[in-house]
Amino acid sequence: MAAFFLAPNMLIFGVFVLFPLAVNIAYSMTGGNALFLTNREFVGLDQYERLFDCGNYLDRQTCREDLFWTAVWNTSAFVVLQVSLMVGVALVTALVLNRDLKARSFWRAVFFFPVLLSPVVVGLIWRWILQRQGLLNFGLYELGFEPVNWLVERNWAFAAAVGVSVWAHVGFYALILLAGLQAIPKELYEAAEMDGTKPGRVFWRITLPLLMPNLLVVLVLTLIRAVQIFDEVYVLTGGGPGTSTLFLTQYIYEVGFASHLRNPGLASAASILMGLVLIVLTLFQLGIVRRNDRRGGK
Amino acid sequence: MQIRKIVLALTAGLMSSTVAFAGDVRVMWYSDGVEGEVIQDLLNRFMEQNPDINVILDNVAYQVIQEQLPIELEAGRGPDIARVTNIKTLADHWLDLTPYLADPEYWRTNLGAQFDWMRPDGSEIIPGFMTQLTLTGGFANKTLFEQAGVEIPGAEATWDEWVEAAGKVQDSQQLNAAFAIDRSGHRISAPNVSYGANYIGPDRLPAPVDEGTKTFARKLVEWTESGRMNKDVWVSAAGTTYRAAADDFINAQIAYYYSGSWQVANLSTKIGDAFDWVATGSPCGTVACSGLPGGAALVGIKYTKNPEEVGKVMDYLASEDVVREFTERTLFLPAHKGVIAGEIDFQSDDPNVKAALNAFVKATGQVHENANALPAWKWGTPVYGALVTRISQAMAGELSIDDAFTRIDEDIKAQVAEASK
Repeated sequence: MAAFFLAPNMLIFGVFVLFPLAVNIAYSMTGGNALFLTNREFVGLDQYERLFDCGNYLDRQTCREDLFWTAVWNTSAFVVLQVSLMVGVALVTALVLNRDLKARSFWRAVFFFPVLLSPVVVGLIWRWILQRQGLLNFGLYELGFEPVNWLVERNWAFAAAVGVSVWAHVGFYALILLAGLQAIPKELYEAAEMDGTKPGRVFWRITLPLLMPNLLVVLVLTLIRAVQIFDEVYVLTGGGPGTSTLFLTQYIYEVGFASHLRNPGLASAASILMGLVLIVLTLFQLGIVRRNDRRGGK
Repeated sequence: MQIRKIVLALTAGLMSSTVAFAGDVRVMWYSDGVEGEVIQDLLNRFMEQNPDINVILDNVAYQVIQEQLPIELEAGRGPDIARVTNIKTLADHWLDLTPYLADPEYWRTNLGAQFDWMRPDGSEIIPGFMTQLTLTGGFANKTLFEQAGVEIPGAEATWDEWVEAAGKVQDSQQLNAAFAIDRSGHRISAPNVSYGANYIGPDRLPAPVDEGTKTFARKLVEWTESGRMNKDVWVSAAGTTYRAAADDFINAQIAYYYSGSWQVANLSTKIGDAFDWVATGSPCGTVACSGLPGGAALVGIKYTKNPEEVGKVMDYLASEDVVREFTERTLFLPAHKGVIAGEIDFQSDDPNVKAALNAFVKATGQVHENANALPAWKWGTPVYGALVTRISQAMAGELSIDDAFTRIDEDIKAQVAEASK
């Protein structure tokens, strides 16, 4: 009976996840520009060898697929910066929104609103704000400052990519943390207050330890999402200036779909490697969830 | 009952938007200017005359034509007719219209000059016709030049002279940049050829980057570093992403803009009487003052279920009167010999337009043979892609220009090897 009820789910999972995954693995072992697998030549692990053909992985110029390694290093830097910032801002936002503010619901809606926007809309809005003749430079000019070419200077463009993605998603993660904060028993804070405990100590000894399960979930979800970053940054910077915001998903898209002679085999190999990273992160997340469940059960 | 009606209406709506029925002809079309409206008018007239054929015009973004259509075609699907610019690379997917045309000889006589641009090498099929011929070329903001007291360079002026003159305008009028070229490998191929580049090797495969390409690419990078060339257009994207610089010219942010004849209608509509502008032809290099010819073709797709109807639609759209009307209303350069031989009354009150179109017609006489060979060469677009990707990296300071040349050769070599599998 259990199998009967599971079957529809397994069927959907099989058709939309396992089958495409198997096809993707098969593609990654073929070469040529043909779209159909049957028309493609089997090349074994050549595409992977091509991706890993590198004199020094730290120097992308020594790599045969230099753009792949550019995307790897850019994505790594993005993940470190964006995840740190995202978790930090989400935590601060949640702590503020958990206080007895005036119009608290309104402020919660304000922070959550960007989450409802399409990533393309997010990218376009910020592009209009940050471009050379955009809103921000207009404001700077009016205030007597020199305009900055935000999307053409590599450090500013990278910072913009990080900042915009944090702005767009922080509301969602703040909401998870807010739920965690509200689950912390009020009695603990009351007891701490009666003992005269300083606010900083309350945060480190009560709030943070009890919020840790939610924080870990947020951390892993943010990590996974950061590795997959594409849409809003693609619209915002197009991967530029140069290749300074070229991330892995855009590399895969460019190689597999956007270049004049598509290379589905190479794009599939790159996506399999990216998938492996995501599997590790997902397993990590599952581990955390199970550990939390076990703790909850005790 | 109400719900059933809604469901039926939704189903019918969905089916009509995705499935072509017998007698339906779907046309995938993109627009640079007003041509979408013009073609819809013409097709409405066709449907009045042929009530048994329903032509559905799908107006899509250019990116859809470039990125999604090739995948649909590879899968053996797609519209019945499409307006495309990647004409040669996808030539295997075009329908041979010959058996479905009323008079194939009319097609060969009037439209045959460009058939080799759109059919596989050695083939004799009639795949479609060019809705417009294009030629790359420059536009100068005449008002800005006058305000700066700088004379517009003459017909034989070199790229260096143009950049110098535009640079004086930039300094005088405090512009962000002197000039811009669209972010496209196609666009910079004209000046490359003018400096002696030949992309086609003796075996018809891509030749290594030669001195012609190197000379102009070096200049382009230097002009970007010095702030003469608008950095935003090329540097602010990665890969092969296309970026036009038309808005910078329309907003009078640059004095000189190198693009092509297809911009004439766009500039006329958007600039209006804000300032005067002129088409200048292509600046000279050391070898020629060449533009790069090209254009958009309307082709039948060989996976169509309704080839007879496709033939009738194509016969109608390629007829002399219809091509003339399309040309006059869209301000495009025609490919139809009969139309070219006759009177063309371009429909525009803008005095800049006729002068611009005449300048482009005049510039067709300057096209170098190496540029003329490119539209019919199947490796053109991969070469353009490698050029734009790597040169913009050099402009961004990520690669030295010499490393960029090495990478261009490697990229093209890898693509040729991959395509031969």
